[in-house]
Amino acid sequence: MTPDTPNTAGTPDTAGTPGTPNTAGAAGAAPDTAGEKVLMKGNEAIAEAAIRAGCRCFFGYPITPQTEVAAYMSKRMPKEGGTYLQAESEVAAINMVYGAASAGVRAMTSSSSPGVSLKSEGISYMAGSDLPGVIVNIQRGGPGLGGIQPSQADYWQATKAIGHGDFHMIVLAPSTVQEMADSVFDAFDLADKYRTPVMVLADGMLGQMMEPVVMPGRIAELPDKPWATNGHKGKRERTVANSLYLVPEELERRNVERFDRYNAIRATEQRVEQYLVEDAEIVLVAFGACARIARSAVGKAREKGIKAGLIRPVTLWPFPADAIDAAVRSATAFLTVEMNMGQMVEDVRLVVDGRRTVGFFGRTGGVIPTPAEVLDAIERMDRGMSGDDCSAEPEHMGGAR
Amino acid sequence: MYMTAQIIVNENYCKGCGLCIEVCPRGIIALNPDVITAKGYHPAKLTDESRCSACTNCALICPDVAITVER
Amino acid sequence: MTTVFKRPAALTDRQFSYCPGCSHGIVHRLIAEAIDELGIEGKAVGIAPVGCSVFAYEFFSCDMVQAAHGRAPAVATGIKRAVPGSIVFSYQGDGDLASIGMAETIHVASRGEKITVIFINNAIYGMTGGQMAPTTLPGQVTQTSPLGRDVEIAGYPIRICELLSTLDGVALAERVSVDTPRNIRTAKKAVKKAFEYQAEGLGYTIVEVVSTCPTNWGLSPVEALGWLNENLLPYYPPGVYRDVKAEGFANAAEASAARLAASSVADPTAGKDAEGGGCNG
Repeated sequence: MTPDTPNTAGTPDTAGTPGTPNTAGAAGAAPDTAGEKVLMKGNEAIAEAAIRAGCRCFFGYPITPQTEVAAYMSKRMPKEGGTYLQAESEVAAINMVYGAASAGVRAMTSSSSPGVSLKSEGISYMAGSDLPGVIVNIQRGGPGLGGIQPSQADYWQATKAIGHGDFHMIVLAPSTVQEMADSVFDAFDLADKYRTPVMVLADGMLGQMMEPVVMPGRIAELPDKPWATNGHKGKRERTVANSLYLVPEELERRNVERFDRYNAIRATEQRVEQYLVEDAEIVLVAFGACARIARSAVGKAREKGIKAGLIRPVTLWPFPADAIDAAVRSATAFLTVEMNMGQMVEDVRLVVDGRRTVGFFGRTGGVIPTPAEVLDAIERMDRGMSGDDCSAEPEHMGGAR
Repeated sequence: MYMTAQIIVNENYCKGCGLCIEVCPRGIIALNPDVITAKGYHPAKLTDESRCSACTNCALICPDVAITVER
Repeated sequence: MTTVFKRPAALTDRQFSYCPGCSHGIVHRLIAEAIDELGIEGKAVGIAPVGCSVFAYEFFSCDMVQAAHGRAPAVATGIKRAVPGSIVFSYQGDGDLASIGMAETIHVASRGEKITVIFINNAIYGMTGGQMAPTTLPGQVTQTSPLGRDVEIAGYPIRICELLSTLDGVALAERVSVDTPRNIRTAKKAVKKAFEYQAEGLGYTIVEVVSTCPTNWGLSPVEALGWLNENLLPYYPPGVYRDVKAEGFANAAEASAARLAASSVADPTAGKDAEGGGCNG
């Protein structure tokens, strides 16, 4: 997942949509040869890549639209000598990850929005105990039971408030099935490197669609974990995984140390894909599946002579502030496109800091915006900037308005 | 007579709860009013070494694992 | 002179954080002695719960993990699955195990997870200052049942060993008490047996320890032992509720198969038309 790799996947309006029949081909085949292109569902790509990244324990619980991750793992993990276990709840599943991670193995759980809410307690404990682990969220509409169609409504939850307490979690936002595989691989490395939970934040569209994938090769070497609670064998000091510090100064010291690590992550791990940004006057900001639609709209806008571009945050936390900030110099306006009521737009505004207009277009509830709708929002913004159309507002909401 | 048995109470651990006194079959343990531990307790002590049988009852029930028994 | 009783090596030298006379310390020692005697400290991983014993991670010499309230069985599952050769024990109170963590408790037992659960039942929430627990007796006065537990409102206490003994994954479910030296000796045997069964891979093991909370019961440590004996033991009778080995089976799986074979519905398909049978439930 290099920052400037162009998005080579098919155009979003022709790509697979939720409801794509499961042809089971890739799942059963368990492609074992790196470099070979195979057709896989996003959810299955996540599972296969996790295994190749050295994931030894997967704890899941059924929920649409992520269930294929668990189903795939249940088939593959036993063959790998690893653990697949269907937990009694998402609460239990994340705490099993907590246990397995504390014992030093690569562990993962996956869920969809309502289930991820249940995991928030365990994620907070993982952060507090400095335990690495990967959490996959194949988002659906909310709040409450919401719906089962694709959504990006958990952006705030993932990036700002995944659990109680003072902490962050690295959040990766793939936008193709290939990136689903690559990001889960990355997620394990980042988790171990910084001893933090990492979330792969995708959505039902990415989870359910099928695309060609080149699977990463198997990881050769896993990092040493001298802190693991896996039995001291009489050969080392005992280890403790713990997040309790009753002395305020001690808890403060731990949190400050953790935020030093977060600063290092902010400085070195911001990832972004840029498309036609260099000369763009209107810079779209969109992530995940929505970025594919935005990209398509950018192309159509260019055909109409509007200099549009796209910044696609690949890391949602750390938010790629540097790329947005750099774009402020050349752009005249930003348009954030999301499958929610406007969440990431707040982070864009924080970076832009009043220097440029920041507009928003989104659909929510599981409605997927069309490139035409996004193009319309670009055009309104363009007219608004040139003073031709007084009705153009910085905020745009589609049918959900 | 069991001249050769004794209990050693670690005053760092003892909280003076008195359970050892309750279970001592010979009634030869008492809290020591002359000593106050760092935590502010009167620790237990053996009052008659000559009568201790090293039955270990006191150590078994001691919730702070403060008692060593020797024979 | 020779030492006939000393502090076990599997305890650290930290002073316990418990109130004077609290029986947590007794149970800690029993666990540590079992670890010492079985020589398993190097592969043992303990789980500390939320409650008074949250600091258990300070007190044992083996690797320790602190878990969220009620989640110790899930955390234990993660560790055991990640490192199957480890000896994993969780140490949980009644609020942790039988209230907020009941789902995890039931499922870890039904999975036959090869772990050992040490369950401290003192019929009250200790750390938060003496509130009603799932094991608080009918009529028992606590901070949140000031007129005594009214079963019409608050329901009945839960007998964990009886409940779990119905599950097929359980290899050992034994209830003990620590109110007398004699009972403490019995408790020690149960704790050690639980670890042995785990090491042999027989299934899930739980030892419920009927314990005291002098502070929140409002009694002296000695009075608390008497109250336990007179009030808790009748409701929570000590005994072996499941011991697959003693019942003549190799492990929980074999006992489970025998239980199914002994089902009153000899042919599972035959009962479908019978009253209350079939799959209409």
